[in-house]
Amino acid sequence: MSIISIILVILVAFLAGVEGILDEFQFHQPLVACTLIGLVTGNLTAGIILGGTLQMIALGWANIGAAVAPDAALASVASAIILVLGGQGVDGVPAAIAIAVPLAVAGLFLTMVVRTLAVPIVHLMDSAAEDGNFRRIELLHIAAVIMQGVRIAIPAGALLFIPAATVQSFLESMPAWLTDGMAIGGGMVVAVGYALVINMMATKEVWPFFIIGFVVAAMTELTLIALGALGVAIALIYLNLSKMGGSSNGGGSNSGDPLGDILNDY
Amino acid sequence: MEAEKIQLSKRDRLSVAWRSTFIQGSWNYERMQNGGWAYSMIPAIKKLYTTKEDRSLALKRHLEFFNTHPYIASPILGVTLALEEERANGAPVDDVAIQGVKVGMMGPLAGVGDPVFWFTVRPMLGALGASLAMGGSILGPIIFFVAWNLIRWGFMWYTQEFGYKAGSKITDDLSGGLLQDITKGASILGMFVLASLVQRWVSINFQPVVSRVQLDEGAYIDWDSLPSGAEGIRQAIEQVNSGLSLSPVKVTTLQDNLDQLIPGLAPLLLTLLCMYLLKKKVSPIIIILGLFVVGIGGHLIGLL
Repeated sequence: MSIISIILVILVAFLAGVEGILDEFQFHQPLVACTLIGLVTGNLTAGIILGGTLQMIALGWANIGAAVAPDAALASVASAIILVLGGQGVDGVPAAIAIAVPLAVAGLFLTMVVRTLAVPIVHLMDSAAEDGNFRRIELLHIAAVIMQGVRIAIPAGALLFIPAATVQSFLESMPAWLTDGMAIGGGMVVAVGYALVINMMATKEVWPFFIIGFVVAAMTELTLIALGALGVAIALIYLNLSKMGGSSNGGGSNSGDPLGDILNDY
Repeated sequence: MEAEKIQLSKRDRLSVAWRSTFIQGSWNYERMQNGGWAYSMIPAIKKLYTTKEDRSLALKRHLEFFNTHPYIASPILGVTLALEEERANGAPVDDVAIQGVKVGMMGPLAGVGDPVFWFTVRPMLGALGASLAMGGSILGPIIFFVAWNLIRWGFMWYTQEFGYKAGSKITDDLSGGLLQDITKGASILGMFVLASLVQRWVSINFQPVVSRVQLDEGAYIDWDSLPSGAEGIRQAIEQVNSGLSLSPVKVTTLQDNLDQLIPGLAPLLLTLLCMYLLKKKVSPIIIILGLFVVGIGGHLIGLL
């Protein structure tokens, strides 16, 4: 790997680490991080496919309140680097996915460490505020951001120094039943992400929409965009209808139900 | 003596909005987003207050505990900018009022941000991008990245301006049904789309063969009687189109039987099982690792 590639990989890793906390541009999402690492190392297609596969698994990973989700940043960056070093191209994707999951846990601990290290930083901010020192608060904040980036950049840099031959022989020593089984497991693991999200949203009121969505997807060939549009329409219809129901209970003559109005007039 | 009114320019507000991109940068276990919040407010504080005492007090009041959805911070920033502006111009807005608005808005609004952004928009865009990417298309990541950032920046800038213009009146608007409608609408859309994602993208394929049926003569292609060359290929394709089987034995796997009930039944049951386990406080990581083990084990015994 050339020096330029190495620098770019570390830069991508840094961005992913920063985004792992910011959650703004989404550089830490596998779809973006794996693609970028594939791009800067000349393995674009394999990177995209790894990113897509890993993204499906990570769909439901979100930081909610103070709770920290499995870390997509380290998982995507490190698994993409291993995929590149392994040199198997697209065939290496299932093995890379299997490696990514334990890495997501390791990244989770790293981010918890950094979030704790940020506590003394805000104490320094307090004393800077005492002096009305803007510059120092800004620098401290930027230092905290950099700390999150370094969290991923260092492991990524370390991985790059493992000789490619070592990674290759490790990956080649994995038997077919293991990688095939992992690919099958990967197909099922996607469910965990969805289950996380559904648990957050599900109420008695919205469960029927889940059933409709499932049946429509099973019985038609509609694309995801078409299904999304259908979902928007259904949500709007439901919201409007439930309002009409509410106003007719108010007993006004204008109940939004013309037939009912006519009947009432008689 | 009438002092000239200090106002935040659009440039100042843009600077605050840009800085709020980094609001989670110094996220910490003690006061969470407080550092990022103060960092975002700095351009406004610089403009509005000139004495060291005022600046110091303003910084300290914005280093108080704060935590919400990172994009939802934008409307709250907008309102806070409006309040700080009034205060700098001599209106009786005290620390308690500012802190009250921040705390009063961050809880309920975070409850909107999570379902809308993390549970609806990101899974939808992510699944769309990922499904393209799994076929090797660069469009997948590009669509995801561009669409997400357009939505995000549009939301952040527009709602910050909205909050700034509405000022403290915003609390009246928010108590209306609008927030509930957005949350409920997002949940409905989210559930609908998630169900289709479960159906399309969770894959379980049961391999065991349930039955092998010897087909009648004429129900399958008799390869030996086809003419050779291109003519034979043409006839074979015609026969396939007319419904003939490729081989004389019809193999039915367990999966075929399940698909006759409804395609995606096993993925649905698996998802429900995961939901149950998560509710029982089983860590998602444990479930993920467990499923890999099941995948390898199931493959070894020929089930999957």
